[in-house]
Amino acid sequence: MERKTKVHAEDGKQEIVITREFDLPLELLFKAYEDPEIVAQWMGTKVLKLENKKHGSYAFETSDPHGNVVFRANGTIPEFIPNKKITRTFEMENTPFPVQLEFLEFEKLADDTSKLTMHIVYKSVEARDQILKLPFAQGINLAHNRLQEIVNKLK
Amino acid sequence: MNLRRDVFQAIADPTRRAILILVASQSMTAGAIASNFDTARPTVSKHLQILTECELLEQAQNGREIYYHINAKKMKEVADFIEPFRNMWDDRFNKLEALMKNYKPGR
Repeated sequence: MERKTKVHAEDGKQEIVITREFDLPLELLFKAYEDPEIVAQWMGTKVLKLENKKHGSYAFETSDPHGNVVFRANGTIPEFIPNKKITRTFEMENTPFPVQLEFLEFEKLADDTSKLTMHIVYKSVEARDQILKLPFAQGINLAHNRLQEIVNKLK
Repeated sequence: MNLRRDVFQAIADPTRRAILILVASQSMTAGAIASNFDTARPTVSKHLQILTECELLEQAQNGREIYYHINAKKMKEVADFIEPFRNMWDDRFNKLEALMKNYKPGR
């Protein structure tokens, strides 16, 4: 199967670039980021708030089947240009990971294909590497900083 | 047997990830681990067995009790790969694509 999602992470840099081509018109790809109900479906999280405008903000929350909140994330949206660009911050609450800055660019390739480029900038090289090393930590929200302890053991 | 694949399968399960996080800070008995979950005890035992088999957890006998602790070395080995991170996004984007292919404007 063709690998459509590419992750480019250079050693020693505090950023990564994720690219993906979709068999979707640009407008539909953008809609998947714009419509809270659709975001909830593909991200697998509840969307508490999504203000698609300059200086807007958003909040996600995920609960386990028993109703306990296991993940919360939020951010602000410095830039929102329909069918073109979303710039936003992303912060996982109650985790040791610092806020990250995400630049999302949406491009038309053909009438029914489009491309997303997601450029993520982290606080430091170390912060980036920790996130990359613990992909399974994404989606888990933790009290007691247990995550930090795992991260420390990995160093 | 493809051990690496097994490790990734092991951490694909949310309960098993929660167990790893739980024992990261301290060694715990199976009973103590199970008390953190609403899941039935045998289910938790099964998860512990899988995590132990792929060496993410190690067992240590202390008197009559068996304690589980995290195998930091193995965790690092897993962590060194960028592939799980890529997979996470690939899964999300596949969902997005499938969803939007069936999208019908509502109004």
